Amino acid sequence: MQRKQRLSRNTAYFVPYTLWILLFVLAPVILLIYQSFFNIDGQFTLANYQTYFTSKTYLLMTVNSVWYAFLITLATVLISYPTAYLLNETKHAQLWLLLIIMPTWINLLLKAYAFIGIFSQNGIANQFLSFIGIGPKQLLFTNFSFIFVAAYIQIPFMVLPIYNALSELKPSYINASRDLGATNWQTFSRVIFPLTLPGVKAGIQAVFIPSLSLFMLTRLIGGNKVITLGTAIEEHFLTTMNWGLGSTIGVILIIAMVIVMWLTGGDKRHHRKGLTK
Amino acid sequence: MKHLTFKWRHLYLWLIFIVLYAPIIFLVVYSFSAGTTMTNFHGFTWAHYQALFADSRLIAIFLDTLLIALLSAILATTIGTLGALGINNTTRPVTRSTLLALNNILMVSPDVIIGASFLIFFTALKIPLGFGSVLLSHVAFSIPIVVLMVLPKIQEMGTSLLDAAADLGANNWQLLSQVIVPYIMPGIFSGFFMALTYSLDDFAVTFFVTGNGFTTLSVEIYSRARQGINLEINALSGLMLLLALVLVIGYYFINQYGRRHRRLPRRRRG
Repeated sequence: MQRKQRLSRNTAYFVPYTLWILLFVLAPVILLIYQSFFNIDGQFTLANYQTYFTSKTYLLMTVNSVWYAFLITLATVLISYPTAYLLNETKHAQLWLLLIIMPTWINLLLKAYAFIGIFSQNGIANQFLSFIGIGPKQLLFTNFSFIFVAAYIQIPFMVLPIYNALSELKPSYINASRDLGATNWQTFSRVIFPLTLPGVKAGIQAVFIPSLSLFMLTRLIGGNKVITLGTAIEEHFLTTMNWGLGSTIGVILIIAMVIVMWLTGGDKRHHRKGLTK
Repeated sequence: MKHLTFKWRHLYLWLIFIVLYAPIIFLVVYSFSAGTTMTNFHGFTWAHYQALFADSRLIAIFLDTLLIALLSAILATTIGTLGALGINNTTRPVTRSTLLALNNILMVSPDVIIGASFLIFFTALKIPLGFGSVLLSHVAFSIPIVVLMVLPKIQEMGTSLLDAAADLGANNWQLLSQVIVPYIMPGIFSGFFMALTYSLDDFAVTFFVTGNGFTTLSVEIYSRARQGINLEINALSGLMLLLALVLVIGYYFINQYGRRHRRLPRRRRG
C-alpha cells in the first residue's frame, strides 16, 4: 500500500518537471544542433561547418575569443586568489564575503554603463591620468577596457569558490608543513595552493565560459573590436538572420564549454549562479 | 614587521572593495548631478528622478519586468519543488544522476546559447515572441536553481517523518501540505528569491526571445546605453540599487528565519 502510494506520488511530482526537461532542456539543444545543418534558405547542408572551418575570419575570431577569455580569467584569478586568501584571515569573513558578492546583485548592464562614463574622453579615469601627468588616453572601446570591465564583473564569481576551498582547508596541514620546516612560500606552493586547486578550477569554470559569450560588453565597452563567439552568435541570430551559421558557432561554443568542463574536472559543484546571487 | 604586513593586507582588501563599489557609487552620485554627462558634478538636483517618474513608458517597462519576475519565480518554484521531490523519490541511482545532470545543463550553459536555442524553439512551435516567450524562458532557466535549493532540504528531512505520517493515516495531499512543504519551506523561499533575482537580472536570454513589442529593464538599459550617456539611466540605477538592497536584506532575513526554525525542533528534542 505504502509503496503504491509512493509511486503515484512520484508520477504526480514528475509530470511538470519532466515536461520542462523535455521541452526546455533537451528540445532546444537538439533544435540548435539541427538548425546548424540548414542554410539561410532553409535547405539541408553541411556548408555552415565548411564555411566555419575554411574561413580564416571565423577561425581567427575563435582563437581571439578564447585568448581574450583566457586573459580575463587569468586577470580574475590573479586578483581573486589574494582577495579570497586575505578574506579568509579576517575576523568577520562572512560579512566581507557578502560585501564582495553584493555587486553581483546590481544589473550587469548598469555596471557596464557606469564604465562608459568612467572611461569616456573626459571621464574620471582620464581626469586621473591627466592629474598624474600621463595625459588623457583613449580608454573606451579598447581591448584593455573590455578585459578590465569583464574582469571587474567576474571577480565575485572567482572569489567565492576560492574562498570556500580556503575555508575548508584544515589548519593542521599548514601547521604540519610549518613544523616540518617549510618556508612560507613552500607551504603556499606545496600545500595551500594544491589543496585549494578545486576552488580555482570551479572559479575558472564559472568565469571562462561566460567570458566567451559576453556580447553586450564587446558592444558597449569593447567598441566591437573584440568579436567573441557570443557576439558572432548574437549577430547571426538577430542582425543577419543567418540562424544556421549562428547555430554552427553555437555548437562550437558548446564544444568549447564541454572541453573547459572536462579540463577543470567535470561535474564540480557549479558556483557561478547558485551561491553568488 | 608583523604590524606592517598586517596593514598591507588590509590595504589590498580595501582596494578591492573600492574598485568593486566605485562604479556603482559613481552611477548613483551622478544621478543627482544637474549636468547632462558623467564628467563633472554640476550641483544637486532631483530632476533625473523626476524625469524618470514622468516617463510612463519606462514605468510600464519596470512593471512588466516585475510582473515577469514574480510570475516566473512562482511558476519556477512550483515546478522546481515538485521536481526536487520527484528526484528525491527516485530509487535507481542512474535515474537520479541523469536527472541531476539534465537539471544542470541550463545552469552551466552560456546565456547566448540558451537565448539562441529558445529562439529557435519558440519559432519552431510558432509561439509569438513577447511577454509569453520571455515568461516561459525565465521560468525555464530558473527551475534548476530552485531544484538545487530545495533538494538539500528534502534530503535533510529523511524518510522517517514521512513514514510516521503515512502510518498515522495521512493521505498524499496531507503528507505534502502538512509535513513536507512546511519542513522544506526555507529551501522553497531561497529558491523563490533566487528565481526572482535571476529574472530581474537577466539580459542575454531576454534579448534573444523578446521580439519587437516587449522589453524588460535590462534590454531597455542596453539600448539606451548604446546611444550614450543619459542621466535618467543613472537615476534608474539608483532605484535598482535600492531594490537590490531590499532583496538582499529580505533574503538575509529569510535565511535567518530558516535557521531559527530549524533549531527549534532540535532544541525541543534535546
